[in-house]
Amino acid sequence: MNTPYGLREDQIERYARHIILPEMGGVGQKKLLNSSALIVGAGGLGTPAAQYLAAAGVGKLGMVDMDVVDLSNLQRQVLHHTPDIGIPKLQSATNKLAAMNPDVELVQHETRLMSHNALDILKDYDVVLDGTDNFPARYLINDACVMLKKPLVHAGIFRFDGQILVIKPGEGPCYRCLFPEPPPEGMVPSCQEAGILGAVAGVLGVLQATEAIKILAEIGQPLVGRLLIFDALNADFRKVKIPRDQECAICGEHPTITELTDLELAPCQL
Amino acid sequence: MRVRILFFAGLRDLAGKREWEYDLTEKSILGDLHRRILDDFPALKEMKGAVRLAVNEEYSRMDRPLSDGDTVALIPPVSGG
Repeated sequence: MNTPYGLREDQIERYARHIILPEMGGVGQKKLLNSSALIVGAGGLGTPAAQYLAAAGVGKLGMVDMDVVDLSNLQRQVLHHTPDIGIPKLQSATNKLAAMNPDVELVQHETRLMSHNALDILKDYDVVLDGTDNFPARYLINDACVMLKKPLVHAGIFRFDGQILVIKPGEGPCYRCLFPEPPPEGMVPSCQEAGILGAVAGVLGVLQATEAIKILAEIGQPLVGRLLIFDALNADFRKVKIPRDQECAICGEHPTITELTDLELAPCQL
Repeated sequence: MRVRILFFAGLRDLAGKREWEYDLTEKSILGDLHRRILDDFPALKEMKGAVRLAVNEEYSRMDRPLSDGDTVALIPPVSGG
């Protein structure tokens, strides 16, 4: 039986709380069902983001990760459970997401994103979420998204703090407009030493999902040109306006970076 | 004039503080404050150019003039995920 907006009856019920929102409606929900998102990293940021994107009915959800589930992940990587220890993260994530919402087409990219495969993997998605845990990956994803003109939801976490920025190439600043180069190696303490409050990863991951949903459903004001900083200890949110850098090495008027490169990976796994 | 500075993420470890205050002369610019911060917290020098400064929630260049009551945030990149 055909229902309004081209949604099935069970979808009208599943997404009822979205459809009733004036800004979303059946039109917005249909946009989500027809769109795709890629999450790079099925860890502290990627798993909460994936949960909410799958629940929201994003039509196709891809994830990139090569790791297996480890006991120390379970403090914050909410798609992975105790029985999953030792199995690939993508498999663990896919099992839970499929059970949550069969509407979502789940794609597993069991690989490490590198300069030779990034453009191919990213090109078929409408939005990319950066849930990686190292600077080389972050710069690679930024550069690839600028080259492909793909919206990117960037976020990073450290102890009790988090940052999130939406990168819309051509409209607002990219990651290099904000941080032209990675910090000197060894300056950011090794991830195992620094620690992270599990719930902070959750806050930022879900903020990433929220921004991705806004982009895909074309509602609200995504954090383009605005870096949102969260300080969990004080429960402070702070928004910092970031302009585009006309001299940015990749998105400026005279780019000096014209191809993807693989920066050296510091031994750091959060 | 009095200016408050806020350290974020890993800078708190390097500086040993979450925030600090400075009394500056009138007509001070962000670059003047930046130099004083690096003098008082030399460990921050090791981050080199990888720290963004924002005055009252707006990323600013070093030649930006400061005013009494301004808040300056020092924001490093964070890579955890």
